[in-house]
Amino acid sequence: MTPIASQVAAPTAWILRYLWLIPVLPILAAGFSALLPKAQRRLSATLAIGSMSGSLLLAIWALVHTIAEPAVQFVNFPWFQFGAQWVALGWLLDPLAAVMLVMVTFVGLLIFIYSLGYMAHDDNFTRFFCFLSLFAGAMLGVIIANSLLLLFMCWEVVGLTSYLLIGFWFHRPAAAAAAKKAFIVTRVGDLGLLLGMVWLYAQSGTLLFYNSGAGCLEHTAVAAMGAHLTAAGMAVSTGIGLLIFCGAVGKSGQVPLHVWLPDAMEGPTPVSALIHAATMVAAGVYLMARVYPLLDHTTLAVIAWVGAITAFFAACIAVAQNDIKRILAYSTVSQLGYMMLGLGVGGVAVGMFHLITHAFFKSLLFLGAGSVIHGCSEEQDIRNMGGLRRFMPITFVTYAAAMLALCGFPLFAGFWSKDAILERAHLWGLSLGPYYLGALGALLTAFYMTRQMYYVFFGPQRAPEAAAKPSDSPRPPEQCVIVHPHESPSVMTVPLVLLAVFAVFLGFVGTPAWPWFQSFLSAQPLTFNVHAFLEPGLIPLMLYSSLLVFAGLLLGWWFYGRKAIVRATDPDALGRRIPLVFHALAHRLYVDEIYGVTVIALTRFVSAFSAFLDRFIFGGVVNLVSWFVTGLGWFDSGVDRFVVNGGFDLGCREVNFGGRLIASLQNGRVQNYLRVIAGALVVFAALLLWGHRG
Amino acid sequence: MTITELTSLPLFGGCLVLLLGRNRAVARALALLLGLCSLGNALWIWHGFNPALPGFQYEVWRTWAPSLGIVYHVGVDGLGVLMLVLSAMVVLMSLAASWNNEKHSRLYLALVLFLEGGLFGTFTALNFVHWFIFWELSLIPAFFLVRLWGGPNRNRASTQFFLYTMVGSIALLLAFLALYLATGTFDFVDLARLAQHGDIAREVAQNIHWGVSGDTTGMILFWAAFLGFAVKTPVVPFHTWLPATYAEAPSETTMLLTGAMSKMGIYGFLRILLPIFPREMQHALTPLLWLAVATIVLPAFAAWVQKDLKRTFAYSSVNHLGYCILGVCVAAKFTGADASLAAEKSAALTGVMLQIFSHALTAAALFWFLTLLERRAASRGIDDFGGLRKVIPVFSGLMGIAIFASLGLPGLNGFPGEFLIFKGAFPLVPWATAISVLGLLMTAVFLLTVIQKVFSGPVNPRWQALPDLTLAERWAFVPVIALMFAIGLYPQIITGMIHGTVMQWIAGVGL
Repeated sequence: MTPIASQVAAPTAWILRYLWLIPVLPILAAGFSALLPKAQRRLSATLAIGSMSGSLLLAIWALVHTIAEPAVQFVNFPWFQFGAQWVALGWLLDPLAAVMLVMVTFVGLLIFIYSLGYMAHDDNFTRFFCFLSLFAGAMLGVIIANSLLLLFMCWEVVGLTSYLLIGFWFHRPAAAAAAKKAFIVTRVGDLGLLLGMVWLYAQSGTLLFYNSGAGCLEHTAVAAMGAHLTAAGMAVSTGIGLLIFCGAVGKSGQVPLHVWLPDAMEGPTPVSALIHAATMVAAGVYLMARVYPLLDHTTLAVIAWVGAITAFFAACIAVAQNDIKRILAYSTVSQLGYMMLGLGVGGVAVGMFHLITHAFFKSLLFLGAGSVIHGCSEEQDIRNMGGLRRFMPITFVTYAAAMLALCGFPLFAGFWSKDAILERAHLWGLSLGPYYLGALGALLTAFYMTRQMYYVFFGPQRAPEAAAKPSDSPRPPEQCVIVHPHESPSVMTVPLVLLAVFAVFLGFVGTPAWPWFQSFLSAQPLTFNVHAFLEPGLIPLMLYSSLLVFAGLLLGWWFYGRKAIVRATDPDALGRRIPLVFHALAHRLYVDEIYGVTVIALTRFVSAFSAFLDRFIFGGVVNLVSWFVTGLGWFDSGVDRFVVNGGFDLGCREVNFGGRLIASLQNGRVQNYLRVIAGALVVFAALLLWGHRG
Repeated sequence: MTITELTSLPLFGGCLVLLLGRNRAVARALALLLGLCSLGNALWIWHGFNPALPGFQYEVWRTWAPSLGIVYHVGVDGLGVLMLVLSAMVVLMSLAASWNNEKHSRLYLALVLFLEGGLFGTFTALNFVHWFIFWELSLIPAFFLVRLWGGPNRNRASTQFFLYTMVGSIALLLAFLALYLATGTFDFVDLARLAQHGDIAREVAQNIHWGVSGDTTGMILFWAAFLGFAVKTPVVPFHTWLPATYAEAPSETTMLLTGAMSKMGIYGFLRILLPIFPREMQHALTPLLWLAVATIVLPAFAAWVQKDLKRTFAYSSVNHLGYCILGVCVAAKFTGADASLAAEKSAALTGVMLQIFSHALTAAALFWFLTLLERRAASRGIDDFGGLRKVIPVFSGLMGIAIFASLGLPGLNGFPGEFLIFKGAFPLVPWATAISVLGLLMTAVFLLTVIQKVFSGPVNPRWQALPDLTLAERWAFVPVIALMFAIGLYPQIITGMIHGTVMQWIAGVGL
């Protein structure tokens, strides 16, 4: 057993010793709120927001502490034993974790506050905050886990809360189905992660990431795994890395397991913003960043390609969607692809920078979409909106800021982080394929976001009254009040404004001239150096990507802005130009349908076959034996009746006996069975004894 | 408190219920009291058990019929003490579930207590003869519980259940008679010691002449004993009695069948097959592994297409016990040649025992929920319901917790055991383990389908007035749910009791 080192013994910082409070506070709030009666709405929300504020303060403290002391610090403890061994868990604090902690608690707190307004009329308000708090706790647990096992456990609980919140309006069949789909599709990936985890455990003898030299991410273990080859000639660390990546593919909606994320939009919009845009879906990227020391070239190449393909593929589909949240969902899938690409080609800092900026502007987009939906009586189809900038100015301005950040408009947050990814992809030695996919994706991103902006905020207002069909609404009909478009209450708009500030300015912490973020994550000294812009090839590359963004915006204007969209029933401008492609994209390239006729059909077949095996093969043999024995009984009684029967009296007795014999075979009296069995036993025992003597 | 007293209490208590329980209110109170006392006794033994000591504790050794090698020999190790608490817990849950069932007369309650006595006897006996008596003794009350109080097809189901199990038992009995003839002892401890040094194989080769080689004879004996446990557990394809029996039995009895009696099979694997037939198990490892994988995967698939909730959960039960069989195979694979794999074996064995306990808890809880649902709605078709979460939120929430425990969600009791089994299995049998994860996936598929069809969606107007759990029922579930969280968050409460036994098994001393 490797000793469980911990740095508690030394007089360490208070924040390190009590880091566990950050996830535990929201979990306690969730547990307490689960026991509250439905009517305790105020208390439940207070608990959730209060615990989240506490966690945010602690997270900021942790970040400040890490800036002073950037080396990895950890506290490990034994959990339970098996035989002589112990399973150990622990938590850690390093720049990577600290940045994530602050992001999750800050964005989370804003979204909690926003939900006060958004969910104000919901019947299950209390439950909603209970689930949200549980989610926040588990997500924070993923971040500070110093053991892949603890990370996996929190990861699964995160999946559970995602399931519960997607299916929050469980009376809607679509929501229930989407929740189930999300859980199962991500579990496919999680099983890979589970196998990778037990393999890692077997190879390195521990699942602790850091343990004073004995952890599985530390030099000794990594070197041993890199040198050890499997039967197929692959390094063990490659196999483990790829299996762990399966988990990330599922959670972060990468191709081919991306299908659950768009459906997850059935959940309430704050949930989409928090879980399915800013935090949980990014957990896959965080996981890969966490186990980065373990990843070798092969694994990183796979990650880069999967990311690039996802980035492009999802951006294509987003072009032809009409549901405001689904567009954003595909956009999220696409952006997660960029993060993976950045991680694969450029390392932890590049991927993580985009993760952080994306968290702010994408949650802002979702909250803005929620504000739009809220203001339009639960309408989600962008064709039925239009002209909303007049009715919801704050939402419009913040949404526009987030949209420009997402497109990578120069100087906005997304510009810096996406550009860093494309730059590193361009420098990648293996292939330029991911770079081109990423660049094309950037063009498409600008295009579909412009399309959405024009549909939602510009042009005339299209059929608002007719559009508000309570039957389509996700909420129970009695909660739907049909009103004219209106700006949302300040409890919803204030979070929007705060997030918008970050969406605009956050990029400046990671510019090439002043890469504070990158140097903080990699624990290197920071210098301010304007000349970094003059590195060969950097400026042209930035120009290219900016040109792509402008081209995307221009194309969007050409198709959707030049002539105002007048009626909701007007066909799509792009759809008229390339109907076949557009139709396929609108149907999400039929991925769900293909899965339906392949994987799902196969599963159904195997299930039916398995039930058939049970009934007719395994059960059939048993029945055959029982018929055979019953037949013997009939035969025996027949012999008794017609052959042995010598005289009338005897015959009577025999018939009687035969009947009883059959009865005894059929009526299930235990004593008879026992008698037969006892007789057989005596015979067998005698045979055995006899055999023994002989 | 001795083991003899522990076992006698429910046996005599059952008689007492029969004598005094003319009034059902008296009978059920008395039965519940006896169930509580039995649990108290089992916990007392748990409390007094010292996990650091090797070997058996609370041991009693009395000669009975020396000429036949029959000795009254009882005792518990970590496994035994775990099984005692588990049985007492499941029986108590079942008695509590029967509380409001008017059909369950004093005879029913007495039979449940007899069954508990049989379980206690089985899990403490260390001599084959009276172990076998208890093994069979527990079957008879179970048979009558199904036969007399079951559903419409109870006759067929109970007969199949009884006969099938009996066939397995007879094979087991004959195997042990042969072993006795070869070695002159019925004692598990002695037999294990002999097996350790390879003496059993020698004795069998010398003393049994069936016209085949000694090794083949050993294999025949092993497969005969295996059949007994394979039917009881059950292992695919010897499981066809189970879905029908679980579905036809009254749900309170199904709690006993799945919670406690199915564990007798796994117990046999650990107490008898692994120590007494180690060489034979290694010989038979490949077919055994395939059986284990089939037991994990096939029922998980079959569960998805069942239309009856009880059958769904019956298949789920087979699937969960499949992980235990996989763990047992892993333990058999480890020969001690590569010391670095000893950790994997102890992980697998610890995982098997954790899984036994946690499955007992979860499965009994799930069938308890089904009992209550069936009593309220008189229906249990998976497609008959819909939107129950809206009508009976507390019931749905609590059953949801149990379902997620069954699904292996971390933080609840199902996860640590499955994790340890997979941790131990992967390095030793990677491909079997990789296929087995399909079982984990399908478990999620069919359990979430149950939630989707029964609890979500629009409310089926038929169940608009379904009553939620009463206050008493809620309180009855509190300890059950609390235990699920306790084991999930701190498995050391179980593993701390069994680590000594596991280490002893790894070292290969005694049982």
